[in-house]
Amino acid sequence: MNYVYKRILQLIPILIGITFLSFAMMRVAGSDVVNEMYAKRGTEVSQEIIDAKKAELGLDQPFLVQYARWFGGLLRGDMGKSYVTGEAVFQTFISKLPATLLLAAMSILMTVIISVPLGILAAVRHDRIIDVMLRFCSFIGNAMPNFFVGMLLMQILSIKLGLLPVISTGVNIRSALMPTLTLAISMSAKYMRQVRATVLEELNKDYVQGAKARGVRDSVILWKNVMRSSLLTIITLLALSIGSLLGGTAIIESIFMWDGVGKLAVDAINMRDYPLIQAYVMWMAIIYVLVNLITDLLYHHLDPRIRLGVTRD
Amino acid sequence: MREPTVRKQNIHHNHLKTRLIIFGTLAILLVVCSFFSEYLCPYDPYLQDLGNAKAAPSLAHLFGTDRYGRDMLSRVIAGSRTSIYSTLLLVGFITVFGTIAGIVCAWNGGRLDSVVMRISDMFLAFPGLVFALAVAAVLGGGVQNAIIALAAISWPKYARVARSQTLAQKETVYIRAARLSGCSSSKLIIKHILPNIFGPVLVTAMLDIGTMMMELAGLSFLGLGAKPPVPEWGSMLSDTRNLLATHPWVTLAPGFAIFVSVMIFNLLGDTVRDWLDPRNAR
Repeated sequence: MNYVYKRILQLIPILIGITFLSFAMMRVAGSDVVNEMYAKRGTEVSQEIIDAKKAELGLDQPFLVQYARWFGGLLRGDMGKSYVTGEAVFQTFISKLPATLLLAAMSILMTVIISVPLGILAAVRHDRIIDVMLRFCSFIGNAMPNFFVGMLLMQILSIKLGLLPVISTGVNIRSALMPTLTLAISMSAKYMRQVRATVLEELNKDYVQGAKARGVRDSVILWKNVMRSSLLTIITLLALSIGSLLGGTAIIESIFMWDGVGKLAVDAINMRDYPLIQAYVMWMAIIYVLVNLITDLLYHHLDPRIRLGVTRD
Repeated sequence: MREPTVRKQNIHHNHLKTRLIIFGTLAILLVVCSFFSEYLCPYDPYLQDLGNAKAAPSLAHLFGTDRYGRDMLSRVIAGSRTSIYSTLLLVGFITVFGTIAGIVCAWNGGRLDSVVMRISDMFLAFPGLVFALAVAAVLGGGVQNAIIALAAISWPKYARVARSQTLAQKETVYIRAARLSGCSSSKLIIKHILPNIFGPVLVTAMLDIGTMMMELAGLSFLGLGAKPPVPEWGSMLSDTRNLLATHPWVTLAPGFAIFVSVMIFNLLGDTVRDWLDPRNAR
């Protein structure tokens, strides 16, 4: 229990760091945002109106005061208004978040379904033909940017075969399949390799040879011993890949017109809508940090060596 | 783990050498090609010929032409300059910067070390591309800004590798002996620490080239890197993506260019890793 508290306490400076960095970045970018706002409307305005608007947005205050104010608003779920639509940023972001989380969850599920069995197969059949083939596939997948994979899938599955819609027709499972497949293929290529390496390392340990010598069946060794000790590493590696998944969704969502936060962010970047970009960066970082925390706690809970206070290595 | 026999080790070693030569040569060819791309293009990559737009691949235009009638082969070759050259610049920069930061932190320890490490923690708290998107958004488009954005998110990894390696070296007997005999800090770092931590840093950098190339292309794909008409593979893909159904060669050419280059650099990276760290070779 002590560890859990310690880990959560450690989180506080990181969360403050994240909010500070997100705020600072966007303030640097949006320093002359008032001028830009009026320039966009195409009206010539006097300096007084600009100053009044700046005061209204709190831009005339010292930096740290602005940060404190913004942070206070943040705690109440107020992240300002979009420069483009004028709607509340936090609500817009929250309304698009489920679509992205659905996409991410489906991609992770599909990645696990594809890569864990294949990774184990490759490790068990080490250096046989199936292993070489799987390694080759993973290599190809690793060298393809995910947007290129997405475009190829679009060409083959939608245009040539007509199986799935080219672009999403709303947030539903059928439309989610293509972006999910794209993300899962890119992730699996990397992840299968890691699963293979983890299982292989475990298979090469002395106790496996010992068990074999005693006549324990290979399947028993694999599922009862090897997989049990590899599972922790496999889960950790999966959690680590969530970071690249969250970034990857931005590109994939905008290719397939999937209506999630990634597409929202890319559109916001093109429109220079800083409050929205800020919300996106900050919340993505917070989600990522929380996922890492949960993984750590899970790891801690599952590994008896750590739980019982035996130091590793 | 079982020790391989001497004969197996020799075979492995020769095999590795061949791989190193082959992939090294291919990578050098790519880099040379990107440097001299201006002289290698059969046509001017910017020259429009609307009468010959969207032409299928032929002997005159090996990869066909795009919707403005520009020769795709020339554009792909010219794009290598932006893509490969920028990637190498980026990786080179973060390697040098990260390594220096890591060594200085490990060597001095104390407050400087904890401050820099906390800063790197903060950067690592952001999912990579998400942060790069934000930095690119702040700075605006352009290849240079995309490089800065990716450098900002990737240096902590190098700082950590260099730091942990330096910390391990710092406690070795020979470094203590050298220190005791009056060797200055700067001389110790340059003559003893640096050569010893070079391997792991180089492996990290080599394995990163492919990833960075894809991320750079990804930023350009979103319009946050190179801007058209400057040929860059990521932005070319994005620019021509609606031609995929009708004129696939226009889209496939830059896509395969990225694929082949990333593959060559990944192969080279894996080989360098196996060469410098034989424990991984499996």
